Amino acid sequence: MPIYFDHNATTPLDPRVLEAMQACLGGPYGNASSVHRYGRAARDAIEAARAQVAALVGAQPQEVFFTSGATESNNLALQGALATAPAAARLLYGATEHPSVLETAEALRAAGRAVEVVAVGRDGLLDWAAYETQLSRGPVRLVALMRANNETGVIQDVPRAARLAHARGALLHCDAVQAAGKIPVDFDALGADLMSLSAHKIYGPKGVGALVKRAAVELAPLLHGGGQEHGLRPGTENLPAIVGFGVAAELARDELERRAAHCRRLREMLEAGLRRLGAVTIFGDSAPRLPNTVQFALAGWEGEALLMALDRKGIAVSSGSACSSGKGEPSHVLLGMGWPRELAFGAIRVSLGPSSTENEIARFLAVLSELQALGAAA
Amino acid sequence: MSAVIAPATSRAARTIYLDYAATTPLAPQVLEAMLPYLRGGESDPLLWANPASAHGPGYRARAAVERARAQVAALIGADATEIIFTSGATESNNLAIKGALEFHGALRGSRRAHLVSSRTEHRCVLDSCRYLETQGVRVTYLKPDALGRIAPAQVFEALTPDTVLVSLMWVNNEIGVVYDIPAIARGLRERGVLFHVDAVQAAGKLPIDLREVPVDLLSLSAHKIYGPKGVGALYVRRKPRARLAPQMHGGGHEQGMRSGTLATHQIVGLGAACALAAQRLGEDAVRLAQLRERLWQRLASALPGLHRNGDPQACAPHLLNVSFEGVEGEALRASLPELALSSGSACSSATAEPSYVLRALGRDDELANASLRFSFGRATSVEEIECAAQRVIEQVRWLRELSPFGKDG
Repeated sequence: MPIYFDHNATTPLDPRVLEAMQACLGGPYGNASSVHRYGRAARDAIEAARAQVAALVGAQPQEVFFTSGATESNNLALQGALATAPAAARLLYGATEHPSVLETAEALRAAGRAVEVVAVGRDGLLDWAAYETQLSRGPVRLVALMRANNETGVIQDVPRAARLAHARGALLHCDAVQAAGKIPVDFDALGADLMSLSAHKIYGPKGVGALVKRAAVELAPLLHGGGQEHGLRPGTENLPAIVGFGVAAELARDELERRAAHCRRLREMLEAGLRRLGAVTIFGDSAPRLPNTVQFALAGWEGEALLMALDRKGIAVSSGSACSSGKGEPSHVLLGMGWPRELAFGAIRVSLGPSSTENEIARFLAVLSELQALGAAA
Repeated sequence: MSAVIAPATSRAARTIYLDYAATTPLAPQVLEAMLPYLRGGESDPLLWANPASAHGPGYRARAAVERARAQVAALIGADATEIIFTSGATESNNLAIKGALEFHGALRGSRRAHLVSSRTEHRCVLDSCRYLETQGVRVTYLKPDALGRIAPAQVFEALTPDTVLVSLMWVNNEIGVVYDIPAIARGLRERGVLFHVDAVQAAGKLPIDLREVPVDLLSLSAHKIYGPKGVGALYVRRKPRARLAPQMHGGGHEQGMRSGTLATHQIVGLGAACALAAQRLGEDAVRLAQLRERLWQRLASALPGLHRNGDPQACAPHLLNVSFEGVEGEALRASLPELALSSGSACSSATAEPSYVLRALGRDDELANASLRFSFGRATSVEEIECAAQRVIEQVRWLRELSPFGKDG
């Protein structure tokens, strides 16, 4: 049996989610914007899913807007918030944000907006002194800070960042894609004004996500047309995916404790094993981290080579974000944390899920040990 | 009023779906093709992996994406490298129009830019145009004639030295009129103007061969051709290369044109739907046109005061749009609960406004409002058409009886 240790890249569809989706993939549903009865049934299903997603993150259903995924949600948050602010108002974002935040920020910079990176320390946590200085140097429209990092799993103190941002009249956008379903996420407690979610990271389908938005926050839409999602996100609603997202969110809420405890136990087993192997660096291990994620480097191994060697043994891991794989560049996350390039090049990310087992951890450690011996021999 | 009893339905009250232009059911073969990428394949349990992942399961998911890309390309006579996957036609149209104008410097005021479109485009095209107007782009909205036609010469006359892009639909989603896209495309190519075509209602209904027709950008949707919702494509010509500024950033998927995790199952569904559409194209078109003519004949022979909207000589096989004199639109639709149909585009149905497409053709508000769009699909039967015609005839007669104007009109 192959071992799948790449749950931060994507997760399998929960069979209960698929069951809910199949009812409307094959069923008598129409275009949710049509006024006839098929259309109305579709509309009801979408509103039920909206309430389920809202419940996962302690938001109001009317604060949840469905998108085609987290990349679109992050683009909508950043581009949309900047478009409704004076030209001088800046965007601040963490150095270890997801490429969909970094590259959107770059595009905004190319379009003439002022954007600034906020540094993080070696542990991946925000550099608070730098952040406060940056906030104090003129108007800021938006601070973009992820709740949990997709590579290291490091959890940022978003509530503190939000308080500081709000004191300066700035909004806070939180990419909660990796946090949702792994640790409790509460929109109000985070103090976020905008928040991105993705279905396929919580055992839901690909191709759907959400932007959670406080009513008072004014955003310009990214897409124009049709008026769906109150004009914030036009386009025929992706009904089966939205229904699937709703069920996945409900399951994530119900099973969060169990999933997190299971992953944490296995992760501790894995890290203990890695430390026994020696010559292993675990990134961000002094910071609070997601229970399912460990990013490490094995001395003498280049990440891509290790990844391929593991793949040949039927073990799927990642060298960083799936969104940047195959680019031959070391992880921007680790470089942002100040790790040297050689070490960053060696990074491997293991991300566990509720179906991961002790046996899989043991097999993985055994294979790593073999490879380490090979590497030492070479 | 309470003494008047509505005529009973002539058959058992089973809903007849006549709204295939709004959305189509998923073809069983398409669903079959999608399932392994949702739940894992029998011999390859990890097919749901992220197609951007650099491991075996990721590569195999990626291979499925590339097979689908070839299937989409084949339906329209394109090369696979010219297909960009999107979340649907709204995104494809937005990317084509705003992306082209932005790439050509229109949004930073670095040049004066002009865009040509028409008054009867889909709302997402018109809304993209209106957004560009707020950014300083000048837009010409061509006015169709009373039959909904736009002559190629009308397009060429609208061009100015600043024209960056012309955006027109191949088949109108409300009235089914088919524009002469090949002639317009050739004329625009000669004049060096970029051409975007919204082919959402044309795909699978008319043959499209982009080797012969020099369109630069073309939008497709899966859920109008028995594929899944939430996925579409934009064709971007390579030779000569059509250039766009991406509208969604991060990760550099789809040649940097459209970032975001590829939804493998949906893309596979789009591919399968395109393959099926290519297979069934001729057969579907002939049968749908027969159903359309049958319905029109039934209605027109039984009821006076009908107007067929759009040019009957150049209309897509799956659409019939009729205005009914002497009835009130809202009452007519309310009297036909067993027919799932629309008064126009589903995307505008939340607004109570009469169709802007019919108004552009010169219909007055009352008549525009008293219109029905019938659209047919693979499962539509002759019996359903007969039954629907009967229901509409009964209800229109009854409503005209009730109407204070009906008897003289």
